[in-house]
Amino acid sequence: MRSNELQQRETMRRLVVLPLRKSIEIAYKSIKARFFRSLVTTLTLVLAVSFLAFSQINLDIADSLLATGDPDLCLSLIRCGYDVSPGDTSLSASPKQRWIVILSLLVCVVGIVNAQLMSVTERFREIGTMKCLGALDRFIVRIFILEAAMQGFAGAFTGAILGGIVAILNGLFRFGAISLTTLSWQTVATSLAAATLTGIILSLLGVLYPAMMAARMQPVEAMRVEQ
Amino acid sequence: MTVKNIVRVSDVTKDFDLGKIVVKVLKGIDLEIETGKYISIMGPSGSGKSTLFNMIGGLDKPTAGKVFIDEVDIAQLDAYELAWLRCRKIGYIFQTFNLIPVMTALENVTLPMTFAGTPSEAAVEKGMELLKKVGLEGRHGHKPSELSGGQQQRVAVARALANSPSIILADEPTGNLDLKTGEEIISLLKEMSQDKEVTIISATHDYKMLNVSDQVIWIRDGRVDKIQERADLEINTGGMSS
Repeated sequence: MRSNELQQRETMRRLVVLPLRKSIEIAYKSIKARFFRSLVTTLTLVLAVSFLAFSQINLDIADSLLATGDPDLCLSLIRCGYDVSPGDTSLSASPKQRWIVILSLLVCVVGIVNAQLMSVTERFREIGTMKCLGALDRFIVRIFILEAAMQGFAGAFTGAILGGIVAILNGLFRFGAISLTTLSWQTVATSLAAATLTGIILSLLGVLYPAMMAARMQPVEAMRVEQ
Repeated sequence: MTVKNIVRVSDVTKDFDLGKIVVKVLKGIDLEIETGKYISIMGPSGSGKSTLFNMIGGLDKPTAGKVFIDEVDIAQLDAYELAWLRCRKIGYIFQTFNLIPVMTALENVTLPMTFAGTPSEAAVEKGMELLKKVGLEGRHGHKPSELSGGQQQRVAVARALANSPSIILADEPTGNLDLKTGEEIISLLKEMSQDKEVTIISATHDYKMLNVSDQVIWIRDGRVDKIQERADLEINTGGMSS
């Protein structure tokens, strides 16, 4: 009987699986089913990332104007609040500006953690049921992380585009058409990509703790009648 | 002995530590459940019925004593093996149905098969067959919110049967259903247990259950009060069920 037991344990070790395609499907459906909730979570990200992209691309525009070496443009840059001293060839964000951006990103992460914790609580029974059906802790973590990645990508991308558009319009309004002609689109694309990536990372960072909390939940919870 | 015990509970006790006081819920339970029987665990609320039930389902571990499922001591299993056990050996039916709300009836039924590694086409085929068997043909694309309570519980029965488990654990399966629907679910369970030789263990205080049970285990105050076979039952409950 002992060997039988061992043999049985061997087979057990192999068998519970959740293919990636299936987990993506489940994650996508969960987002779709709770569309409004997901939208609110995503909106936090859109706002934070668009702010990041806005300040970054503003800087890109100012940089490209400065690179022309035109003293008139230099003057208008100074008028707009940039610290330009004679002989500067590139600009960097002021410490104050950098802090504001970091702070907004922090607030955004806290917002995401909050929203995801709510979502975990809301889905306690669903998670417990999945565990009763044989789901492993990491299936649950994976589903939550995939959801966050999708929301993160959607939110961050929208945010980056939004911030970029506003920054470019802002540049046009302040400096005129020259801001467009001098601007290197490659720099803009890099800034947008960087902002999107930051957004995705923030979204994943925010879901880590809630996902772990969900995964550690005992399947007994699913049996509880009251919710 | 040709009779095989699918579940064996040996001297199980369970204490819940509430900080200041320790509540002894189970005070030494010994049970043997034969393969293929329809078992009801009856008892008043607070008797430890649900706790015992969770132990058998591998959802909770005893403070002392051992629970064997198919002669495997579940206390010895790690998380992966427990997950496998829940997936392949045990089907759960809940009082509150517990279907995954974002999935359709068919997806709910195929989910345990996905976990078990069944290829998706085979899972869909078996899922449809099970749904047909529980009388929900043509409703496979409906979400749980679009189904009535009785229909949801039927989906849950189909889901419990998905991986052809040895045991179906039903916790108050009729608790949230009206009389007629409850009866339908009970007879469906009975039918399935005869059809597929699944052992059905249900915790209940629904006396309708007694009529179909092969054995009734009465729990009182954390101990087995009495175990009645079907033959004794008909005489005893004649008055009660009318």
